[in-house]
Parts: sequence; C-alpha cells; structure tokens
Amino acid sequence: MSIRTALRATSALVLCAIATTASAQDTTITIATVNNGDMIRMQGYTDTFTAQTGINVEWVTLEENVLRQRVTTDITTNGGQFDIMTIGMYETPIWGANGWLVPLNDLSAEYDVDDILPAMRNGLSHDGTLYAAPFYGESSMVMYRTDLMEAAGLEMPTAPTWQFIREAAAAMDDPADDINGICLRGKAGWGEGGAFITVTGNSFGARWFDEEWNAQFDQPEWAEAVNFYVNLMNDYGPQGYATNGFNENLSLFQQGKCGMWIDATVAASFVTNADSTVAEHVGFALAPNAEGVEKRANWLWAWALAIPAGTQQEGAAKQFIEWATSKDYIELVAANEGWANVPPGARTSLYETPEYQAVPFAQMTLDSINAADPNNPTVDPVPYVGIQFVAIPEFAGMATEVSQEFSAAYAGQQTVEEALAKAQAIATETMEAAGYR
Amino acid sequence: MATKASRSAARIMMAPAVVLLLGWMLVPLLMTLWFSFRNYLPLRGGDLGWAGFDNYVRFVSSSAFWPSIQATLVIVGSVLVITLVFGILLALLLDQPMWGQGIVRILVIAPFFVMPTVSALVWKNMFMDPVNGLFAHLWRFFGADPISWLSDASMPSIVMIVSWQWLPFATLILLTAVQSLDGEQLEAAEMDGATKLKRFYFIILPHLGRAITIVILIQTIFLLAIFAEIFVTTGGAFGTRTLSYLIFQRVLESQNIGLGSAGGVYAIILANIVAIFLMRIVGKNLDN
Amino acid sequence: MARAVTSRRKLINTTAAWAVGLLIFFPILWTILTSFKTEAQAIAAPPLFLNFDWTLENYGVVMERSNYARFLWNSILIAGGSTILGLLVAVPAAWSMAFVPSRRTKDILLWMLSTKMLPAVGVLYPIYLLFIQLGLLDSRAGLIIVMMLINLPIIVWMLYTYFREIPVDILEAARMDGASLKSEILYVLTPMAIPGIASTMLLNFILAWNEAFWTLNLTSVNAAPLTAFIASYSSPEGLFFAKLSAASTMAIAPILILGWFSQKQLVRGLTFGAVK
Repeated sequence: MSIRTALRATSALVLCAIATTASAQDTTITIATVNNGDMIRMQGYTDTFTAQTGINVEWVTLEENVLRQRVTTDITTNGGQFDIMTIGMYETPIWGANGWLVPLNDLSAEYDVDDILPAMRNGLSHDGTLYAAPFYGESSMVMYRTDLMEAAGLEMPTAPTWQFIREAAAAMDDPADDINGICLRGKAGWGEGGAFITVTGNSFGARWFDEEWNAQFDQPEWAEAVNFYVNLMNDYGPQGYATNGFNENLSLFQQGKCGMWIDATVAASFVTNADSTVAEHVGFALAPNAEGVEKRANWLWAWALAIPAGTQQEGAAKQFIEWATSKDYIELVAANEGWANVPPGARTSLYETPEYQAVPFAQMTLDSINAADPNNPTVDPVPYVGIQFVAIPEFAGMATEVSQEFSAAYAGQQTVEEALAKAQAIATETMEAAGYR
Repeated sequence: MATKASRSAARIMMAPAVVLLLGWMLVPLLMTLWFSFRNYLPLRGGDLGWAGFDNYVRFVSSSAFWPSIQATLVIVGSVLVITLVFGILLALLLDQPMWGQGIVRILVIAPFFVMPTVSALVWKNMFMDPVNGLFAHLWRFFGADPISWLSDASMPSIVMIVSWQWLPFATLILLTAVQSLDGEQLEAAEMDGATKLKRFYFIILPHLGRAITIVILIQTIFLLAIFAEIFVTTGGAFGTRTLSYLIFQRVLESQNIGLGSAGGVYAIILANIVAIFLMRIVGKNLDN
Repeated sequence: MARAVTSRRKLINTTAAWAVGLLIFFPILWTILTSFKTEAQAIAAPPLFLNFDWTLENYGVVMERSNYARFLWNSILIAGGSTILGLLVAVPAAWSMAFVPSRRTKDILLWMLSTKMLPAVGVLYPIYLLFIQLGLLDSRAGLIIVMMLINLPIIVWMLYTYFREIPVDILEAARMDGASLKSEILYVLTPMAIPGIASTMLLNFILAWNEAFWTLNLTSVNAAPLTAFIASYSSPEGLFFAKLSAASTMAIAPILILGWFSQKQLVRGLTFGAVK
C-alpha cells in the first residue's frame, strides 16, 4: 500500500467518523452515574426498563471524583451532555436554587412520593420542592466484629461513646494477627475523610462556623476532636490510614482486618455478603458521641437522580427516575438478589416490609437515618444546613483543602495544631473571598 | 538558494499549521485573560462583574501558591534527573551485543505505551497500597514495617510513577544517539589507555549532548502539565499539589473560574519562563 | 561494533539487560497476571505469581458491564484521525521550514512548542464553552481536532528534524532537471521522508491514545475512548484489583501490541534530530 492510498483511506475514515453523529430515531437517554455497587446493579437491570418503555439508556459510569468534575462542568455551562445526573444531598439544593434542575413535583400517583423517607426528601428539596429522587440513602454507624468483641469480653451498647469505642479498639487490636482495632476514613477530600472528621467534630461539640460565619477551627472542641481521632488511629488504626477512604476500609473490613469500622450504613450489606470473609460476625450500633455531647457522629447522605433543566428528554428521563427509585425496582432487586441487596434508606415502605425487617442491619440503618438532623447538626447554633457538609457552593473546594491539611497531620507531616491553624486560615480566606463576611 | 516563488510557496504551506496553532493558543488565552478579571462564580449565578486584579492578588497570596510552585519544580526536576541518569545507563547497556536484544528493548519501552491513568491506578493499588500492595508484602517478607507510600513518601512515590512512565522515552532517544557513536574513536581512546570513566566523560557524554537537550525539552513540556498521576494517587494532598493541580482545585473543586483563570495566567507565565530558559539551551544546541 | 566480543561478556550483558528489562516491565506483567486471578487471589498473602487458578471471569464482568468495543473504536478513530489530520497540516509546514528556512523559522518552531505548555485545566472552561457553541461536545470530530492541535507542535518539530537531514543537493539536482514542485515532493522527497513520517505517526498515535484530560472532559457517550472506560473502574466498592487489572489490560493491550510490532521503527525513528 502506498502512502497515498493509505492517506486516502484514512482520511475517508476520518470523514466517516465525523459524519456519523448519532442519528437515532429511538428515544435514548444518557445517564451519568457513580461506580458504586448499587448503581452498577441498576445498570444490569436497564434491559428490563427498556423492555417496558422502549426507551434506550446510555450509561456514563465514572469514579466519584471524576463524576463530580464532569457533571458540575456540564451543569454550570449548560452543556446538555446528560439527561439524568447522579448527584448527592450537597449539590441538589444548591443546583435546585439556581434553577438548573427540573422540579420533580409532578411524579405519578403510583410512585407515591410521600413514601420517601422524610429526612431524604427534605435534604433533596429546595423551598419545599423535590429536585432529585433518592436512589439510596445512608447515615453512618458502627460496624463491629461480634466474635472479636466476645473474645475480648466486651459488649457493644446500642449507643456507644467515643470513650467506649477507644476501649473496644484497644481490646480488639491484635497486630500479630493482622487485626486493627478500628478502621476509619482519613483520605483527603470533602466527601471522604472530610465528611468523617466533620461529623466527629459535631460529636465533640465542634462546628465549622458560628452564626456570623466566623471559622471555628481555633476552638478547643476541634482540637479535642481531631486529637482524639489521631490518637485513636495511631494507636489502633491500620498502617497508612491517612489515605484510606470508604473503599479501602471496606476491603480491609471484608478481609477481616478491622475490629470496628464507623462508616456509611450502605456498607452493611457489603460486609455481610459473599465477598466478605467475616459476614457471619458483624454487629451494628449507632455512631458514637463524646461523653456528655448530645450530637452523634452520624451523617446523612443520599445518592439521587436529577434531571438537568436543559434536557431534550425530560419525559423519558422522568420515566426512568420513577422506575429506578420505585417500590417495584426494590422488589425486582429483592426477587433476584435477596432483600439484603436492595438499595436502602430511600423509602419508608421498605422498612415496613417484614422480609426487610428481618435483615440484620435494617433497623439500625433506619434509626441512624432518623437520628440525623441536617437543620440542627451541631451543639451550638450554626447558620448553615448539612451535617457532614455545609450547604454553600464554596464548601466542596474549601473542605477538600481543609481535609488535605488534616490528612497531612494524620500522616505525621504536621501537628494537629498546625493543621487546625491552616484550616482556620483556609476557611476564613474562603468566606472573605465569597463575601460572607 | 531559495527563490522568491519557493519562499511564498513555503509561506502558504506553513500557513495552516501556524494559523491553527495561533487560534488554539489565542482563543482560549484571551478567554482565560477575560475570565481572570471577572468575578466568575458559576454556582453563585455566573459572571458577577469586574474584579480588577483581585483574582491575581488572591491567587498568589493564598498559602497554597508557593508550595505548589515548589512541588511543580521538584517533580519536573527529579523526574528529569532520574530519567536522564538511568536513560543513559540503559541506552549504553542496550547498545551492547546480547541475546534477545529486540525483546529486551520492548520490555524497556513498554511503560511508554501505558496510559497515565492506568499506570497511576496500578502503582497506587497494586504496588503502593500499604496493606495489599506488592511493596507491603515485600517489606513484610524482610521483616520490615510496610511504608505508607502515598502519604509518608508522597513526593518520591509520584516521582517514581512518573519516572517509570518517561524512562522509556529518554532511553529511546538516547539509544539512537548512542548507536551513532563512532566506534573507532572509542577504540582509539581505549588504545591510548583512557579509562572507561574517561571515555564516557570525554567522548560519549559530549556526543549525547543534543539528545539530552531534546529529552529535557520534550519531557519538561509534558511534565509541567502532569495531572492524572496526582489526581488518581494523592488528590493533591501531602505536599504534592502542583501549580496545575492548584488551578484544577480553584476551577473545578471551588468553582471559582475567575480565580482559576488568574492561576492559569500565572501558569502560562511560569511555562514561558521555563520555555525561554530551555530555548536558550536548546536553541544553541540545535543550531550546529 | 567491529570488535569481537567474548561470549562471557555477552552473557553478562544479556543477564544484566534482561534483569533490568524485566524489572521495568514487571508492573505491566503483574497487571496482566492479576487480571486472570479471582479477587481473593489478587490480594492473597503471600502474593501468587503463577500458581493460581487462571480465570477469565474478570474479563467477562468487564465486557458485560461496559461496551468495550465502542470505547476501543473511539480510541482508534480519535488517535488515528488526529494523527492523519495532524500530518496533513504538519508535513507542508515542516517541509517548508526545512527546505526554505527563513530567519524566523527557528522562532516559529520554538513558539509552536511553547503553545504546548498552556496548562489544560486552566483553559477547560473556555474550551468547554466553545465546544458547546460549536456543537462539538461528545463528538469524535471535536476530539480529533483537539488531539491534533495538542500534538501538532511535536509533529511539526519531529518532521522538521527529519526533513533537515535529507540532503539538499538531491533536491537541487532534481530542480536542475526541471522537476516541478509537485514531482519534487512526490518522487524525491516522499520516499526519503517515509521512515521519519512513520515514526512521527507512531509517536502521535501513542500520545493521542494516552491523553486523559480532554478525552475525559469533552466526551460522555458517543466519543468516549478507552481513557473514559478506565475511569469507571478506578475504585468501586469492595475488592477490585482483579477487575481493575482486567480493564487496564484491555485498555493498554492494543497500543502495547502496536508498539510491539513497531518497536524497530520506534528505536530507529525517535531521534528528534538528536543524532547528527
């Protein structure tokens, strides 16, 4: 083949590629979602949806950080790349307030919108209008190894304190046998270690801002909370916990390398399923609090489906959302994979189903969700809504930087005091730049 | 030599490339410049008006600015040194007669074909993971405590990953240069009793001068922009936040386009300083 | 080398080179091996090297979950398209710079290289807005253009250095014989330039294949290449080393095989004018 023919052939190829911009007559919706287990399972059932409605679905499945970056760029520029976006409780009210999302106020009667757990519905609304339908919801709780607790001669109360958690971690920690007393998130990122240290702060009486938006990291409650966390993890946590997030800890727990793990309630089904080597020995308890503090270290979160305002496929998108977050979908999953694997934390009716009530972690999940109050997240009053986050647009960037400082302290690269001082500076700087003060 | 006609023909032939690149450079650059003077916050309703030099002042006065410049220079510098030193050694080794030369070459250049995202993921999870990583197993085998690579040795880890990716490139270019070495000159030097070290220093190294310059130039261009390796591994924590990562945080994580754009302008200035500096060396070296 | 080499020396060279080669290649080898393990075997302690039950299960999971063929096809089209387009623009430019140099040629060349130093993140928003305006989001055409522009400076420069090594005397002789510009290019220049063009193509193809910022941010479905494919496997819940390895292997295999076959060309060709 001569260069010339090669050139011709390939440029023809290029032109072809340029020309084949989708010419589909069928309705196709594009959904951006996160690569969590429940979403991947939902993808597996897409064919059922297409068979029922004739609507084709294209999935864009991305890792959480990449997903945030993609959907935020697209929604703020009105790019129109997606018909449905998977977003969380942090983004929904902010985007809804900006008019970027299609209000979900005309869902069908069979959908039974009143069945959505009030905490979830509230967190996904702005001014009383629902902007995203929860696919699953979560709080956080203590997951612990019943066998190790028994061997240590301890009994986990339903509502433990941090002091007891430390005691139990000390009792279960067994470096010789490769068992860490406790595994907790330390990874930088507002949704990772940032979320965890924020709720830990809440449970020690700390808060991000006072009512005049003054950063509060210079207050003794924060020093107490972060020092407690660092000491606990240095004594009984796994090697390199400063880079462990949800996934890393899950895999450690599944391998039997953690005595306790305080994290999202959705993890309960993963630590008790076939992937887990310790499935038989997992118990659950409410997230802890420091002695004498009324707030517990449990958050509230939902992964939800929302429709960007610019979409051409609003009708089809709504149909999909109604399907994916319906009671029927839950039953479909239950029939195929068992009740323990249905997406949890979204609907009241699920927790009234007798079969689901038999699932060991069901009640504790519901109790944890109900114990979380985004409107009053802290002991002292705050000007913001949100438990593990502050529902203002500036939070994600600011909290990621703050949590990076904390992670550096976890790794021993700076002291807790230095990290807190930097956190104070970052938060103050951001609030000034954004004009809150 | 060149006639008038061929001159103008040459201009016409150059035009598409020049015009395209000019457009590719100017359009985003002008838009970035415009944004950098605006108070542009998409999550707060978009363009909120003129900001003067606020963004520029705020970007440099942030405590993250100087450390990010330092991190950038450390990464670029260390990777350059590592890939050059090992690249020269490897090139000399691969030039020797041996069995299976072709296969060895493929093994050595293979990392160049791996996407940065993939190599970062593989290194992070399968090698540097402090519990299940291969390094952890190795450390434990020798009775040592595994290292938490990405937190305790964050910078060396990233330098290692990036060097692994770019070593093949350096080796390839240096190898082609080594292959063109004058064997007779080396032999003559050997006869004259020059030691190996002397031969390397006085004959081989000067011969590689141009190749080394090329490696430095091309790699610097790519290394100034590395992003995926940091995004995947540390997310900018533990002192690995480079200038381009800081801009990413301002633009995408904080959704402050104005501030990020000001950062972009600084990055362009930095790149140009490095470029001018490089061009000085390269320009001299490319002339002969 | 003309000198006879003792076989002992050769043995030492061989051992050393193979040791280093295997060490450098090991991460890739390990990824490929892990992709054939079960998730439990992938994290077994001590690590399993070859003594495990080989399984294709992970590849099955990945194939079922993602439309690999489409990602692959997009990668091929985008990398290939941008390479061809880039050559169409770069060959004339490099040709004229090499054979009809002016005082400003070197400045233009260096300026072109400096455009590569613009930080991509800094211009993401402008480009994204521009792409919306032009309707190029998630289109292969858009990505082909961006990839072409990103790599154009490198291509021009590489070609320039190759062309400069073509002896000008031959061109002069051809001109004396009354050859037109067209035949000059077709019959004299092209045959001599083919090796250089081929290795330029290779390098550009590799660079475009591996680019992960623009390809990820400007695509969603229709134009998403393998870099987007891998972004959905980076850290799902639970054990994932084996599946990640399978996805990684699938993402790099095509380019690795291409590299394998063109190894000689690359070793000879990647000079950037470094050899004189």
